[in-house]
Amino acid sequence: VLHTTRPLHTTQQSLAPVPPLPEKGGEVRHGLIPEEFFQFLYPKTGVTGPYMLGTGLLLYLLSKEIYVINHETVAAACILTIIIYGIKKFGADVAAFADKLNEEKMATALAMKNESIQTLQRAIEEEKKEQWRLEGRSYLFEAKRNNIAMLLEANYRERLLTVYNEVKKRLDYQVAMQTLKRQKEQDYMIQWVEKNVVQSITPQQQKESIAKCILDLKALSKSAHAAV
Amino acid sequence: GPLGERPLMEVRLGELHTWISTCSFSAQGLLGAVQKAWSSYCAKYIHVRQGGPAGISMLLAGYCLLSYGWNYQHLSKASLASPV
Repeated sequence: VLHTTRPLHTTQQSLAPVPPLPEKGGEVRHGLIPEEFFQFLYPKTGVTGPYMLGTGLLLYLLSKEIYVINHETVAAACILTIIIYGIKKFGADVAAFADKLNEEKMATALAMKNESIQTLQRAIEEEKKEQWRLEGRSYLFEAKRNNIAMLLEANYRERLLTVYNEVKKRLDYQVAMQTLKRQKEQDYMIQWVEKNVVQSITPQQQKESIAKCILDLKALSKSAHAAV
Repeated sequence: GPLGERPLMEVRLGELHTWISTCSFSAQGLLGAVQKAWSSYCAKYIHVRQGGPAGISMLLAGYCLLSYGWNYQHLSKASLASPV
């Protein structure tokens, strides 16, 4: 229900919340007559004025038959009695029940509001934490830079090693070539010398040398016999 | 404030006819007056945190009186006709 009596959005503060409902309604005496009537008559007639007015009015209506008494009057009296008895007995309970319903609604709305406030607070904290994390980006980049420098260094050293190995291989090859060549020359020379020597030994010289060897052996055997 | 804009409760008896002359009796004016009266009644007695039986009972009492007034002719004839 829209409270049309309240001026909405007429002032500058159109975003302010709607003012809350008043606590209690206008004062009413005997459930039917507003208190303003009694206050209105109080200065002139005191406290009993309105009651005298009511009694006089009632007697006038009855006597002049402006209000006729028939079966409906009895029915009205019975109904009124029951209604008043019901209100007096169950009024407080019904009021408490309605208040409880209202309270539950308010509690739900309040819980939603609090929860959304909590969520937003948490979001604010997360945001602040992210901002703090952002300050560490210099360390991150330092680490990355170190990594890259390390990689470059390792690569450079690998390549240096490769170069060294290749150069060594080539030099070893040269050295091996030279050694082989010298060896071959040596062998060939030895062979050539032996071949020439063997060739130069004539059959005459061979016989002479064999005879000399036999003589030497004989001499040796003689000396050996003598020694023994 | 000026006489034309004051509500009825704040008008003195002597100024009553002047006040009546200032208010507009067009359909819109009457409708506006009825609307204002109804909304002020609602705001005072019904749209409150702890209302009592007063709000509705006054409306029912008014309805009873109004219906009695409308049916008065019929009721008076009926009471005259039957001797009981």
